[in-house]
Amino acid sequence: MVNLTYLLAFTGGFVIMSLELLGGRVLAPYFGSSIYVWGSIISVFMLSLSIGYLVGGKLSVTRPSFARFGTIFIVGAILLYPLVLYAQPLMEWVFNAIEDPRFGSLVASMILFCIPTVILGMISPYSVRLVVETVSKSGEIAGRLYFVSTLGSALGTLMTSFYFVLWFEINTILTMLSLTLVLAGVTALLVHQAGQRATVVN
Amino acid sequence: MRQYRKDSLTFRYRLVVRCTLITGLMTLLLSTAIHAEIVHRERSLYSTILVSKSGSNLCLQFSVRRDQRNQSCMNTRYPRRMVFAYTKMTMASLMFVDNPSNILVVGLGGGTLPVAFRELFPTASIDAVEIDPAVTRVAKEYFDFNPEPNINVFDQDARVWTKRALTKDKRYDLIILDAFNGEYIPEHLMTSEYLSETKRLLTSTGTLAANTFSVSKLYDHESATYAAVFDQFINFQIPESANRLVVVPGKELTDQELLDAAEDWATRLKPYNVPVKKYARRLVQLRKKAPDWNVNARVLTDQYSPANLLQND
Repeated sequence: MVNLTYLLAFTGGFVIMSLELLGGRVLAPYFGSSIYVWGSIISVFMLSLSIGYLVGGKLSVTRPSFARFGTIFIVGAILLYPLVLYAQPLMEWVFNAIEDPRFGSLVASMILFCIPTVILGMISPYSVRLVVETVSKSGEIAGRLYFVSTLGSALGTLMTSFYFVLWFEINTILTMLSLTLVLAGVTALLVHQAGQRATVVN
Repeated sequence: MRQYRKDSLTFRYRLVVRCTLITGLMTLLLSTAIHAEIVHRERSLYSTILVSKSGSNLCLQFSVRRDQRNQSCMNTRYPRRMVFAYTKMTMASLMFVDNPSNILVVGLGGGTLPVAFRELFPTASIDAVEIDPAVTRVAKEYFDFNPEPNINVFDQDARVWTKRALTKDKRYDLIILDAFNGEYIPEHLMTSEYLSETKRLLTSTGTLAANTFSVSKLYDHESATYAAVFDQFINFQIPESANRLVVVPGKELTDQELLDAAEDWATRLKPYNVPVKKYARRLVQLRKKAPDWNVNARVLTDQYSPANLLQND
């Protein structure tokens, strides 16, 4: 169970940074690839993650479980996937509404990436709650979870920028990220059910 | 046997001559590199801009690496005389254009092309799009580039600019794409979607010329992308230059018409040092040639455009 939590935190970190990097690709046709486009994307991701941390932490207070943890992943996947279908018309709309590409890219990043990233931000604090058993160990465990999730982020960044964009289309990568989240969520749900069955048997 | 010996001797002789020539050339190149004096250096948001002077050539470079080609050079003694083959090759596209009234140049560099177009077509309105305001400033300061009259410079991302231009119903008789400086490629300017958008900016008889890559895997992908967007184009390459120019002609010319057009242009292009008659003969040859790229190469799109990765491959 503990190892699985680490693995899921790693997956969350991977998906977040892969998504952030693809953000630049998604926005470029409408807003260019200048420094302010990256500024917009990074700001939106940071803001969304900060909100996600807050909400995820709060959520972990009442009845924390693997089922709820898995649900976060599945909801994240469901909210990420529309990027594949609606990113273009949404950007078209923002492009026509806002002339300045700085604010255009900021608003577009908000619309496209804010919601899924808030959900993905909930993973880290929630995973801390699932692993921590004693107060004295809480710092150590939080540190370990940051370690694996940030390691996942590093790998997500590297794989996406070095290889994924060379092998696949952007939408294919986004679909894969979405499927990865579903897989992670379903695994958590199954583990939860197995755990409950074990409890019943005992 | 004798024949063989003779051949091998000739071969050896040729080899010696060739080696001497190459060594000589390299020495010459090295000495010019050493003698190039850096007049101005600045780090802009997009690149390192270097202005160097060697002899009567003033050059604009976008990299500190010596092996990177110069982006744009001006002969200070004869400012009209074009220095680079690819700039001269670009002028060949004029043969397919009748008195353009609207011209678009993507990528300003030292401003050589817009200025030449203004001289050749004094009534034409010329738009130049340059992402880096520092390049525009350097062009004005060091390369005597003066947009007044008739040249409008837009310091904007070309993709964003093109999309806006389409909403404003702008159309051009001649479009020059010259946005790649060799070190880093803006990948969103190399996709079929971008080319389609640019195609829509052309008038029905509009001509497009794009200065692009002729080496690495990118050559195949880029050629395939142009082929996907434009029904026909001439893949203009000359042995003297590592660049190639994609020319999408605005009108159909027979071989004879093309050679005649070159004849007409020869005098007008003389001050620019453009061997247009030679180019026309080359174009006549080249447009009969079958594609020399991998026609099955994956087309670059907004979904798939790892141009920088492909270039290093």
